[in-house]
Amino acid sequence: MGEINTSRRQALKQGSATAILGMFVAAGLVRPGTAHAAWNQAAFSVKGVDNVVKSLGGAGTAATKDISWGSTPEIAENGAVVPISVTSNIPKTESIAILVDKNPNTLAASFTIPPGTDPNVSMRVKMGETSQVHALIKADGKYFVATREIKVTLGGCGG
Amino acid sequence: MADPMRIRAKIEGDKTIVRVLMAHEMETGQRRDAAGKVVPAHFIQEVTATHNGKTVLSAQWGPAVSKNPYLQFQFSGAKAGDKVVISWVDSKGDKRTDEATVAA
Repeated sequence: MGEINTSRRQALKQGSATAILGMFVAAGLVRPGTAHAAWNQAAFSVKGVDNVVKSLGGAGTAATKDISWGSTPEIAENGAVVPISVTSNIPKTESIAILVDKNPNTLAASFTIPPGTDPNVSMRVKMGETSQVHALIKADGKYFVATREIKVTLGGCGG
Repeated sequence: MADPMRIRAKIEGDKTIVRVLMAHEMETGQRRDAAGKVVPAHFIQEVTATHNGKTVLSAQWGPAVSKNPYLQFQFSGAKAGDKVVISWVDSKGDKRTDEATVAA
Protein backbone atom coordinates (compact mmCIF):
# COMPACT_ATOMS: atom_id res chain seq x y z
CA MET A 1 0.00 0.00 0.00
CA GLY A 2 1.24 3.47 -0.71
CA GLU A 3 2.22 5.95 1.97
CA ILE A 4 -0.55 7.96 3.59
CA ASN A 5 -0.57 11.49 2.31
CA THR A 6 0.05 13.40 5.53
CA SER A 7 0.06 16.90 4.12
CA ARG A 8 -3.71 17.37 4.44
CA ARG A 9 -3.59 15.96 7.93
CA GLN A 10 -0.78 18.35 8.83
CA ALA A 11 -2.61 21.26 7.31
CA LEU A 12 -5.66 20.41 9.40
CA LYS A 13 -3.59 20.10 12.55
CA GLN A 14 -1.85 23.42 12.19
CA GLY A 15 -4.58 25.22 10.39
CA SER A 16 -6.53 28.00 11.96
CA ALA A 17 -10.22 28.31 11.15
CA THR A 18 -9.16 30.48 8.22
CA ALA A 19 -6.91 27.83 6.75
CA ILE A 20 -9.53 25.12 7.07
CA LEU A 21 -12.14 27.35 5.50
CA GLY A 22 -9.64 28.07 2.74
CA MET A 23 -9.26 24.36 2.11
CA PHE A 24 -13.02 23.92 1.82
CA VAL A 25 -13.19 26.89 -0.53
CA ALA A 26 -10.43 25.38 -2.65
CA ALA A 27 -12.30 22.08 -2.73
CA GLY A 28 -15.42 23.89 -3.93
CA LEU A 29 -17.37 22.88 -0.84
CA VAL A 30 -17.87 26.42 0.46
CA ARG A 31 -18.23 29.43 -1.75
CA PRO A 32 -16.33 32.43 -0.42
CA GLY A 33 -18.69 35.07 0.86
CA THR A 34 -21.69 32.83 1.44
CA ALA A 35 -20.35 31.28 4.62
CA HIS A 36 -19.74 33.68 7.48
CA ALA A 37 -16.78 35.97 6.86
CA ALA A 38 -13.59 34.18 7.88
CA TRP A 39 -11.43 35.78 10.53
CA ASN A 40 -9.66 38.69 8.88
CA GLN A 41 -6.08 37.67 9.57
CA ALA A 42 -4.66 40.57 7.55
CA ALA A 43 -6.54 43.18 9.57
CA PHE A 44 -5.21 41.73 12.82
CA SER A 45 -1.60 41.61 11.66
CA VAL A 46 -0.96 45.14 10.48
CA LYS A 47 0.17 48.26 12.30
CA GLY A 48 -1.38 51.68 12.01
CA VAL A 49 -4.94 52.89 11.63
CA ASP A 50 -4.61 53.40 7.86
CA ASN A 51 -3.41 49.86 7.30
CA VAL A 52 -6.23 48.47 9.41
CA VAL A 53 -8.77 50.47 7.40
CA LYS A 54 -7.24 49.25 4.15
CA SER A 55 -7.38 45.62 5.25
CA LEU A 56 -11.03 46.11 6.21
CA GLY A 57 -11.69 47.30 2.68
CA GLY A 58 -11.94 51.01 3.44
CA ALA A 59 -10.35 53.85 1.53
CA GLY A 60 -9.68 56.42 4.24
CA THR A 61 -11.04 57.90 7.42
CA ALA A 62 -12.54 61.13 8.62
CA ALA A 63 -11.97 62.36 12.16
CA THR A 64 -15.06 62.52 14.32
CA LYS A 65 -16.01 63.60 17.81
CA ASP A 66 -19.45 61.99 17.44
CA ILE A 67 -18.76 59.16 19.80
CA SER A 68 -18.74 58.87 23.53
CA TRP A 69 -16.15 56.92 25.45
CA GLY A 70 -18.45 56.13 28.38
CA SER A 71 -16.54 54.82 31.35
CA THR A 72 -13.28 54.32 29.42
CA PRO A 73 -10.55 55.56 31.79
CA GLU A 74 -7.81 58.05 30.95
CA ILE A 75 -5.38 56.18 33.16
CA ALA A 76 -5.37 52.40 33.33
CA GLU A 77 -3.75 50.85 36.39
CA ASN A 78 -3.40 47.46 34.78
CA GLY A 79 -2.57 47.28 31.09
CA ALA A 80 -3.76 43.68 30.93
CA VAL A 81 -7.35 44.71 31.55
CA VAL A 82 -8.24 48.14 30.19
CA PRO A 83 -12.01 48.71 30.04
CA ILE A 84 -13.14 50.29 26.80
CA SER A 85 -16.66 51.53 26.25
CA VAL A 86 -17.60 53.13 22.95
CA THR A 87 -20.95 54.49 21.80
CA SER A 88 -21.21 55.81 18.27
CA ASN A 89 -23.62 58.68 17.70
CA ILE A 90 -23.04 58.62 13.95
CA PRO A 91 -26.21 57.62 12.10
CA LYS A 92 -26.24 54.25 10.31
CA THR A 93 -23.31 52.87 12.28
CA GLU A 94 -22.53 49.40 10.92
CA SER A 95 -19.44 48.50 12.86
CA ILE A 96 -17.21 49.60 15.71
CA ALA A 97 -13.57 48.62 15.97
CA ILE A 98 -11.05 49.28 18.74
CA LEU A 99 -7.48 50.08 17.74
CA VAL A 100 -4.45 50.56 20.00
CA ASP A 101 -1.52 52.36 18.39
CA LYS A 102 1.32 51.05 20.49
CA ASN A 103 0.24 47.40 20.53
CA PRO A 104 2.21 44.96 18.33
CA ASN A 105 -0.83 44.80 16.07
CA THR A 106 -3.11 47.79 16.01
CA LEU A 107 -6.55 46.19 15.71
CA ALA A 108 -7.82 44.72 18.96
CA ALA A 109 -11.44 43.93 18.14
CA SER A 110 -14.09 44.65 15.57
CA PHE A 111 -17.86 44.47 16.13
CA THR A 112 -20.57 44.32 13.48
CA ILE A 113 -23.77 46.04 14.63
CA PRO A 114 -26.92 44.76 12.91
CA PRO A 115 -30.05 46.94 12.78
CA GLY A 116 -31.85 46.74 16.12
CA THR A 117 -28.64 46.64 18.12
CA ASP A 118 -27.32 49.81 19.74
CA PRO A 119 -23.99 51.06 18.33
CA ASN A 120 -22.35 50.59 21.69
CA VAL A 121 -19.94 48.00 23.04
CA SER A 122 -18.03 47.58 26.26
CA MET A 123 -15.13 45.23 26.58
CA ARG A 124 -11.56 45.00 27.90
CA VAL A 125 -8.30 45.11 26.00
CA LYS A 126 -4.62 44.63 26.71
CA MET A 127 -2.37 47.64 26.25
CA GLY A 128 1.39 47.22 26.30
CA GLU A 129 2.02 50.86 27.19
CA THR A 130 0.49 54.31 27.17
CA SER A 131 -1.03 54.80 23.74
CA GLN A 132 -3.55 56.52 21.54
CA VAL A 133 -6.68 54.37 21.37
CA HIS A 134 -8.98 54.76 18.40
CA ALA A 135 -12.63 53.95 17.89
CA LEU A 136 -13.00 53.18 14.20
CA ILE A 137 -16.61 53.51 13.14
CA LYS A 138 -18.02 52.38 9.84
CA ALA A 139 -21.23 54.23 9.13
CA ASP A 140 -23.14 54.34 5.87
CA GLY A 141 -20.15 52.78 4.12
CA LYS A 142 -17.64 55.39 5.34
CA TYR A 143 -15.00 55.19 8.05
CA PHE A 144 -14.64 57.62 10.95
CA VAL A 145 -12.08 57.71 13.72
CA ALA A 146 -12.21 59.13 17.23
CA THR A 147 -9.09 59.05 19.34
CA ARG A 148 -8.13 59.41 22.95
CA GLU A 149 -4.99 58.70 24.89
CA ILE A 150 -5.03 56.10 27.65
CA LYS A 151 -2.08 56.13 30.03
CA VAL A 152 -0.95 52.76 31.26
CA THR A 153 1.01 52.41 34.46
CA LEU A 154 1.67 48.67 34.19
CA GLY A 155 1.89 47.26 30.67
CA GLY A 156 -0.33 44.32 29.78
CA CYS A 157 1.37 42.19 27.18
CA GLY A 158 3.16 40.02 29.73
CA GLY A 159 6.54 40.59 28.14
CA MET B 1 -14.13 22.27 26.20
CA ALA B 2 -13.72 25.61 27.94
CA ASP B 3 -15.62 26.58 31.05
CA PRO B 4 -19.12 27.94 30.46
CA MET B 5 -19.70 31.62 29.78
CA ARG B 6 -21.64 33.64 32.27
CA ILE B 7 -24.36 35.50 30.46
CA ARG B 8 -26.91 37.93 31.83
CA ALA B 9 -29.60 39.40 29.58
CA LYS B 10 -31.86 41.89 31.28
CA ILE B 11 -34.58 44.17 30.01
CA GLU B 12 -33.98 47.79 30.95
CA GLY B 13 -36.48 50.19 29.43
CA ASP B 14 -36.99 49.19 25.82
CA LYS B 15 -33.60 47.51 25.47
CA THR B 16 -32.13 44.22 26.52
CA ILE B 17 -28.68 44.64 28.03
CA VAL B 18 -26.44 41.62 27.60
CA ARG B 19 -23.34 41.11 29.74
CA VAL B 20 -21.06 38.17 29.03
CA LEU B 21 -17.99 36.87 30.82
CA MET B 22 -16.10 34.24 28.85
CA ALA B 23 -13.43 31.90 30.17
CA HIS B 24 -10.42 31.95 27.84
CA GLU B 25 -6.67 32.41 28.19
CA MET B 26 -6.47 34.81 25.22
CA GLU B 27 -2.75 34.08 24.82
CA THR B 28 -1.06 36.61 22.59
CA GLY B 29 1.78 34.40 21.50
CA GLN B 30 4.20 37.00 22.85
CA ARG B 31 4.54 35.74 26.39
CA ARG B 32 7.26 33.44 27.64
CA ASP B 33 6.71 30.87 30.34
CA ALA B 34 8.94 30.35 33.39
CA ALA B 35 11.32 28.21 31.32
CA GLY B 36 11.69 30.94 28.72
CA LYS B 37 9.66 29.20 26.02
CA VAL B 38 7.17 31.25 24.05
CA VAL B 39 3.59 30.38 24.98
CA PRO B 40 1.80 29.89 21.65
CA ALA B 41 -1.04 32.20 20.64
CA HIS B 42 -4.49 30.90 21.54
CA PHE B 43 -7.35 33.36 21.48
CA ILE B 44 -11.02 33.75 20.59
CA GLN B 45 -11.31 34.97 17.02
CA GLU B 46 -15.05 35.12 16.35
CA VAL B 47 -18.01 35.83 18.56
CA THR B 48 -21.66 35.70 17.58
CA ALA B 49 -24.70 36.65 19.62
CA THR B 50 -28.20 35.74 18.50
CA HIS B 51 -31.70 36.43 19.76
CA ASN B 52 -34.37 34.01 18.59
CA GLY B 53 -32.01 32.94 15.83
CA LYS B 54 -31.29 36.45 14.55
CA THR B 55 -27.75 37.78 14.90
CA VAL B 56 -27.65 40.76 17.25
CA LEU B 57 -23.88 41.14 17.37
CA SER B 58 -20.93 39.59 15.64
CA ALA B 59 -17.31 40.27 16.35
CA GLN B 60 -13.81 39.43 15.28
CA TRP B 61 -11.20 39.56 17.99
CA GLY B 62 -7.44 39.52 18.14
CA PRO B 63 -5.13 38.50 20.96
CA ALA B 64 -5.25 42.01 22.45
CA VAL B 65 -8.66 41.30 23.95
CA SER B 66 -8.11 40.71 27.66
CA LYS B 67 -7.99 37.28 29.23
CA ASN B 68 -11.42 36.05 30.34
CA PRO B 69 -13.11 38.45 27.96
CA TYR B 70 -15.92 40.67 29.13
CA LEU B 71 -18.47 41.96 26.66
CA GLN B 72 -21.52 44.15 27.07
CA PHE B 73 -23.94 45.34 24.42
CA GLN B 74 -27.66 46.05 24.08
CA PHE B 75 -30.36 45.55 21.52
CA SER B 76 -34.12 46.03 21.13
CA GLY B 77 -36.99 43.74 20.36
CA ALA B 78 -36.65 41.06 23.01
CA LYS B 79 -39.09 40.16 25.73
CA ALA B 80 -38.68 38.30 28.99
CA GLY B 81 -38.29 34.59 28.39
CA ASP B 82 -36.58 34.95 24.99
CA LYS B 83 -33.26 33.21 24.47
CA VAL B 84 -29.95 34.92 23.80
CA VAL B 85 -27.22 32.61 22.52
CA ILE B 86 -23.54 33.51 22.51
CA SER B 87 -20.95 31.47 20.57
CA TRP B 88 -17.26 31.79 20.06
CA VAL B 89 -14.61 30.09 17.92
CA ASP B 90 -10.94 30.38 18.77
CA SER B 91 -7.66 30.23 16.89
CA LYS B 92 -7.34 26.48 17.45
CA GLY B 93 -10.86 25.85 16.17
CA ASP B 94 -12.25 25.23 19.66
CA LYS B 95 -15.77 26.48 20.18
CA ARG B 96 -18.19 27.23 22.92
CA THR B 97 -21.91 28.08 22.83
CA ASP B 98 -23.96 29.12 25.82
CA GLU B 99 -27.38 30.63 26.19
CA ALA B 100 -29.32 32.73 28.64
CA THR B 101 -32.93 33.66 29.10
CA VAL B 102 -33.87 37.31 28.97
CA ALA B 103 -34.96 38.43 32.40
CA ALA B 104 -37.51 41.17 33.03
